[in-house]
Amino acid sequence: MSNANNSLERVQASLARRYRAERRFVWYGRLAVMFALLFVVILFTDIISKGAGAFRLTYARLDITFDPALIGVNDLSDRAVVAAGDWDSLVKTAARARFDGVSGRKAKRELNALFSSGAGYDLKDLLLENPAWLGQTKSLWLLVDDDIDTYFKSRLDGEAYAARVSERQIDWIDQLVEDGDMELRFNQTFFTRGDSREPEQAGIRGALVGSLFTLLVAFCLSFPIGVGAAVYLEEFAPKSRWTEFIEVNINNLAAVPSIIFGMLGLAVFINFFGVPRSIPLLGGMVLTLMTLPTIIITSRAAIKSVPPSIREAALGMGASRHQVVLHHVLPLALPGMLTGAIIGMAQALGETAPLLMIGMIAFIVDVPTGMMDTATVLPVQIFLWSDSPERAFVEKTSAAIMVLLGFLIVMNMAAVLIRKRLERRW
Amino acid sequence: MANSEMIESVNNVSESGTERQTVGASFCDDPKFSIRNASVFYAEKQAIFDVSVDIARHEVIAMIGPSGCGKSTFLRSLNRMNDTVEDCRVEGGFHLDGQDIYQDNMDVVALRAQVGMVFQKPNPFPKSIYENVAYGPRIHGLADSRVDLDEIVEDSLRRASLWDEVKDRLHQPGTGLSGGQQQRLCIARTIAVNPEVILMDEPCSALDPIATARIEELIEELSQNFTIAIVTHSMQQAARVSSRTAYFHLGELIEVNPTEMVFTTPEHELTEAYITGRFG
Repeated sequence: MSNANNSLERVQASLARRYRAERRFVWYGRLAVMFALLFVVILFTDIISKGAGAFRLTYARLDITFDPALIGVNDLSDRAVVAAGDWDSLVKTAARARFDGVSGRKAKRELNALFSSGAGYDLKDLLLENPAWLGQTKSLWLLVDDDIDTYFKSRLDGEAYAARVSERQIDWIDQLVEDGDMELRFNQTFFTRGDSREPEQAGIRGALVGSLFTLLVAFCLSFPIGVGAAVYLEEFAPKSRWTEFIEVNINNLAAVPSIIFGMLGLAVFINFFGVPRSIPLLGGMVLTLMTLPTIIITSRAAIKSVPPSIREAALGMGASRHQVVLHHVLPLALPGMLTGAIIGMAQALGETAPLLMIGMIAFIVDVPTGMMDTATVLPVQIFLWSDSPERAFVEKTSAAIMVLLGFLIVMNMAAVLIRKRLERRW
Repeated sequence: MANSEMIESVNNVSESGTERQTVGASFCDDPKFSIRNASVFYAEKQAIFDVSVDIARHEVIAMIGPSGCGKSTFLRSLNRMNDTVEDCRVEGGFHLDGQDIYQDNMDVVALRAQVGMVFQKPNPFPKSIYENVAYGPRIHGLADSRVDLDEIVEDSLRRASLWDEVKDRLHQPGTGLSGGQQQRLCIARTIAVNPEVILMDEPCSALDPIATARIEELIEELSQNFTIAIVTHSMQQAARVSSRTAYFHLGELIEVNPTEMVFTTPEHELTEAYITGRFG
């Protein structure tokens, strides 16, 4: 009896300590989660606060006279003449007409520097769309130079950054603002153009389309190959030392630094097979190498999770092994496989290093139109912009990161949705 | 009934001469299945020792014995389900209607169409009830038309006495049925292929008593058209459904006799020890 009392006392004495340990343990977990969340929040606020500005650009309004004599173009249908036209002079003339008393080479140069160096070409495109404008005067919004854009935005934020604008330019900007001729407008350029040396002209369309083509190639190659390998290894391969060796190596391959796959692509695809550099086809092939292990591993896990009783049932009915796989195992494993593939693709979308090795880091202005056009991809574009000296590229970089993160979040959500939607219980 | 065809074999010495004493009536004339000197190995470990027995046409033979005695292994070697087990090796003669099922030219797919199987845990495909039953006829090309297939499905479900319960929801998932219904669905699925032999591996062990009683009724009905070999843990079940009972012990076949006799006057002392509950 006393013995029983004794042990009860002991148990009670230890209870408080045990509960304390449990609470401590729960708090460790909470702190860890909070710590991680804090960094996510910091990351997102930093990127969004830096990048949000890139979705709007500064435009200035000028009265442009499309004077045939000034441009040297009378016939808009003659491409050679149009290309050789002096389009910049449209902007220069209109600017000089807008502000009085601009004399001297320095003042003129500063005035011209107000506007984007691409503004003249934008006018050319406008005129080609509206040929009737030739000889007429139109009030049009023009892109300003990136330095002016940076200054104007910082001024709106209350902290004018005037290091790269002159006193005279500030005067002109004041006049434009006063007349309501300078404002921020939605930055369409960012989504419709490829890369440019001029920040105000640079867009992510080229990188986005490049990423899309690259992922398309990667998916079309890695999904069938990965699923095929997984099905063979799980359902058909005899358990031998060889298959074990292959398994171990596939798992190891998943941990190989991605730049190694780039080297492999360079050595095999470019040097040996002579695939052209910098194209989405090649990028897709290299990313296939990289995502294959992920897809094989997740597909095998999906196949493994199909209950053996289903296989037995089908085999017991007299289904052949390939019928068992095709009719029962694959349909049941497909959601898991797709999830794995999407996660693999998300990984590939964010991959930079292997693509550097195969020349997808080139500066490419044109938006690619096919698998064989030179292209770059989103993360590489981010890398290129982050490396550029112009201050205006800072916000572009952050904006591109936002777009990339957006795509990654959408892809991961798609993976979760597919898993939820198609998941079967038995 | 099948019992009348039994030939008394008191001293059962296997053909190869190895003496494994199976007492009772192991053999019969014109058997559906005849098994001689069967041994099954898992890698190095021998699970079945030199078993010889006949299974008569349209009889229900029950296999009982303590856990791990090899009765399931033996059952699964009758339609070569053991082929799927890595390292499993089967020796001896297995003749279905005189044909060796382990011969090289024997097609496993064809064999399993002839020898169907019902498993311990109900395992309907995660498809509709209709698709579950139609699957076998479909892969074996047994139906010429949609109408044909509908007929096979209805007939199989009727024979599995499930039709009335599911006729209004044929296109709902089979996994939504109760455990007993699922098992009857599995039986319907098996008989849809019109096999000659049905192997049942503890078909009621996952079911409640009422569902069990329905399956037992069903087994009795099915025995008019099919040869049934059933492995069971429940001696009462063996007594209720089977005409002959085989008692396995540690991989050896100890005794085969008419069920009544096994449960009233067993010949072998091990059998007696088991049925009186001294072990198992």
